[in-house]
Amino acid sequence: MDAFKETLVEGLGTRNVFTIPLLGGIPVAESVVVSWLIMAALMIATLLLTRRLRVRDPGKVQIGLESAVEFLNGFVKTNIGRHWRPFAPYLGTVALYIALSNLIGIFGLTPPTKDINVTAALALMSMVLIYGAQFRYNGLLGGLKKFAEPMPLLLPINLMEVAVRPLALCMRLFGNILGAYIIMEMLKYVVPVILPAIFSIYFDLFDGLIQTVVFVFLTTLFTGEGIKEEE
Amino acid sequence: MSIGIIAAAIAVFTGIGAGIGIGFATGKASEAIARQPEASGKINSALLLGCALAEGTAIFGFITALLIIFVG
Repeated sequence: MDAFKETLVEGLGTRNVFTIPLLGGIPVAESVVVSWLIMAALMIATLLLTRRLRVRDPGKVQIGLESAVEFLNGFVKTNIGRHWRPFAPYLGTVALYIALSNLIGIFGLTPPTKDINVTAALALMSMVLIYGAQFRYNGLLGGLKKFAEPMPLLLPINLMEVAVRPLALCMRLFGNILGAYIIMEMLKYVVPVILPAIFSIYFDLFDGLIQTVVFVFLTTLFTGEGIKEEE
Repeated sequence: MSIGIIAAAIAVFTGIGAGIGIGFATGKASEAIARQPEASGKINSALLLGCALAEGTAIFGFITALLIIFVG
């Protein structure tokens, strides 16, 4: 039992890979290094996939890419409304990053989303997006007025949501990935062979993708809520 | 330590609420899709939102339990 607890405590903490010898040493956590790997992989994939794009006679890769972008654009358009254009690239990027972070556990690396600092940063960016968009498209007064909708009685709850929404987004992603990790560790402790492989399909693949969809969907929905006009 | 373990177990009981909530939501969504299959896209997105919010309570309980065990 004690050995198991050791592994759990080790899994909870964030490991430092190396320290930059500047300003008294800046520690670089494992999640940062894995994030760099993900960024490099995404950049290389982008460069390879976007070669030889043509208007006439497009290849199979180009058609796949175009339908993926179309899907993203359509999804953002239905949920945000008229001002969807600036939001689609950001949301697509976040979706790619979170999906790859959640799935990278399959390759034996630590998922960066298991580090609460990463999910907190993502949730803070979502908060800036949601409330930035609300003030950008409604003006200062209109944005403030949005807090008193649908009726002024709900003002305290709407103000509370400014803090609750990013907290919930952050904790949901972190808790799901950490929970999956802990259950997988327990399983490996009890049955070391075969069974973990089967459960890993659910906990690594399915749960990771679902959490990606949930994070991006909730961010889109909250953003749309702040700037949609009533028809 | 043993009292802490019991407290963590009680915190994890929030999962019951989330389970019941998601079960109800999914059941009603199935009914709605059976009644109106053409609206399945909208029903699915509403279901996903509801499930995500209901699941949040279970996650909060889980994180509280972790905090109790490892920090408290």
